[in-house]
Amino acid sequence: MSIEYVIAVFITVVGASTPILFAGLGELVTEKAGVLNLGVEGMMLIGAIAGFATVDLTGNPWLAVVVAAACAAASSLIFAFLTLTLSANQVATGLALTIFGTGLSSLIGRSFSGRAIHTFDTVFPDALSKQPYLKVIFGYSPMVYLSFIMVILVAWFLSRTRGGLILRAVGENDLSAHSIGYSVTGVRYAAIAFGGAMAGIGGAYFPLVLTPNWAEGLTGGRGWIAIALVVFAGWRPYWLLGGAYFFGLLGTLELYAKASGASWTSILPSEMWAALPYLATVVVLAVISVSKSAGGNAPACLGKPFIPST
Amino acid sequence: MRFKLEKRAEPSRFMLYATPFGSVLVTMIVGAIIFSIIGYDGLGAVREVFLTPILNPLKWQEVAMKASPLILIGVGLAVGNRASIWNIGAEGQYVAGALAGTGVGLLTQNATGPWILPLMFAAGLAGGAAWGAIPAWLRTRFNVNETLSSLMMSYVAIHMMNYFVTGPWKDPTGFSFPQTPLVTADQTMPILIPGTLVDYGILFTLIIAVLMWVLMSRSVFGFQVRVVGSAPNAARHGGFSQKHTIWLVFLISGGLAGLAGIFQVTGPFGQMSLGFPQNYGFTAIIVAFLGRLNPLGVIAAGIVLAITYVGGDIAQTALQLPNASKGIFQAMMLFFLLASDILIRYRVRIVGTAPTPAAEVAKGAA
Repeated sequence: MSIEYVIAVFITVVGASTPILFAGLGELVTEKAGVLNLGVEGMMLIGAIAGFATVDLTGNPWLAVVVAAACAAASSLIFAFLTLTLSANQVATGLALTIFGTGLSSLIGRSFSGRAIHTFDTVFPDALSKQPYLKVIFGYSPMVYLSFIMVILVAWFLSRTRGGLILRAVGENDLSAHSIGYSVTGVRYAAIAFGGAMAGIGGAYFPLVLTPNWAEGLTGGRGWIAIALVVFAGWRPYWLLGGAYFFGLLGTLELYAKASGASWTSILPSEMWAALPYLATVVVLAVISVSKSAGGNAPACLGKPFIPST
Repeated sequence: MRFKLEKRAEPSRFMLYATPFGSVLVTMIVGAIIFSIIGYDGLGAVREVFLTPILNPLKWQEVAMKASPLILIGVGLAVGNRASIWNIGAEGQYVAGALAGTGVGLLTQNATGPWILPLMFAAGLAGGAAWGAIPAWLRTRFNVNETLSSLMMSYVAIHMMNYFVTGPWKDPTGFSFPQTPLVTADQTMPILIPGTLVDYGILFTLIIAVLMWVLMSRSVFGFQVRVVGSAPNAARHGGFSQKHTIWLVFLISGGLAGLAGIFQVTGPFGQMSLGFPQNYGFTAIIVAFLGRLNPLGVIAAGIVLAITYVGGDIAQTALQLPNASKGIFQAMMLFFLLASDILIRYRVRIVGTAPTPAAEVAKGAA
């Protein structure tokens, strides 16, 4: 295995992992506030079509990122209104949001089918981004670097700022946070909207970086992987970064196992590589549920409606 | 004029049963508007998706066929939701049951006899229950969140199915299509109404749904499930074990989902293929809610959702709508239902009029 080969695999893995990194990061913040939003796949698809349509109409990929984030965040507010203001069940509402987003994106996307858009280029000049070794650092689209920045920002926000502390307090013990005087509902609205915006950016990554053509359901279930990823990472941002690349690697091995029969990847059938992220997540769930010292426990109020006793 | 929400003295039974109908109606209206805004024939879409399957008797058998798995899975899920135990892995349990039943089918390819089909059903029931047992075991043994684990196990089941239908179980005479061999004559669900697609699977589904209604409304188990769901502390004092309930809920809902899976293999599909998972397991969650977690309500809700499945296919050919767009209607039905739930516990009053004595009493009591 040559160094060039390793670099090529690495770049493929980073590229394939970035959507679930964005979406997972948003879902992590949402879940840290105590809300389980299963609408990630739907919000990603809404972001994907919004991003595609924006580039198709304006040719501006950066504007597309912003529009994708805004549209997906808007769709997440449907979820927020139902679960927070009307105390509806989070599981059912999230699932409905996924079905809704899948349907809406395919309906709007119908009029864009067959059109190709201009995707993001690499950020750095060819001397760096195409150089055989340096491209491992410089050879990515701007959205990859944006994802690094977002990981650092979210980690810093959650662990080092007052806002992050309040958000975690709301997720761990909503009644206490409420009695101290913080707006549980307000914090959760913001966390859900952030989760929606990030899912939208993760969805927009597909047309903006990976495939220039619109295809129905192009996120291919990545929203569900992102939800698994948050659990796999034990609700910790830097673990999420590592976990995203680990899942991305498994996904790449799946493709290799499918394509080449004779390599070492065929020790497992490709379908088993595809199932591994979910299996690994279940194992991690069991470990963190048993061993409290392992860290990375689920937020105590995850998925539970907040009903203030008045 | 401003509106104000006022807590009712007790939940409104009228609203409990009226809101599902209202949600479907509002969905049709808002759906027509959304489709028109996007640039489609909104009224046409609503007509094809909701009305054509009802008005065209030729479509009734298709509705019955699609409703059957939704109802069978939905009545199982309704039990769990009653107990506030969230099994969202029915899609995986459906696939696991179908796989187990298909495994028996492959072993009995050369056998004949009336015992084969019941054996496949038993395997389907057991396969679904076994897949449901995984989150139940994780929850009762390690306190693992059953919502997350059952969801994850769904995708494991689907990938496992992909492996079997493209690998070891692929039909050797199937021109390398990823599908299992067709079921034999003795493995086929008999047709109930000659000349139609309506088979015994639909009849079994209805019988099971009614039995589940009896179980839930007339048995100690039904009472136990409701108490564990609505008053966990009272349930503990009353001697109802939560672990016991979790196990039963997952075995029942998983088993029924698995049974639905093997009914599809021996009935409409006749085999397993990559397209076998039809999202019935996820849509059945909407069915359970729309049916108000009551098995009889689930029958009605299953028919409504089946209408949108069939209508979605009609709209696809008649109006060139993408097949997934029926999901907009399905999701909105649930959105509006969940939103209208507030009308059960609260009444909307116009602010400014004098409060009625009854409302004052209610406020005092609250």
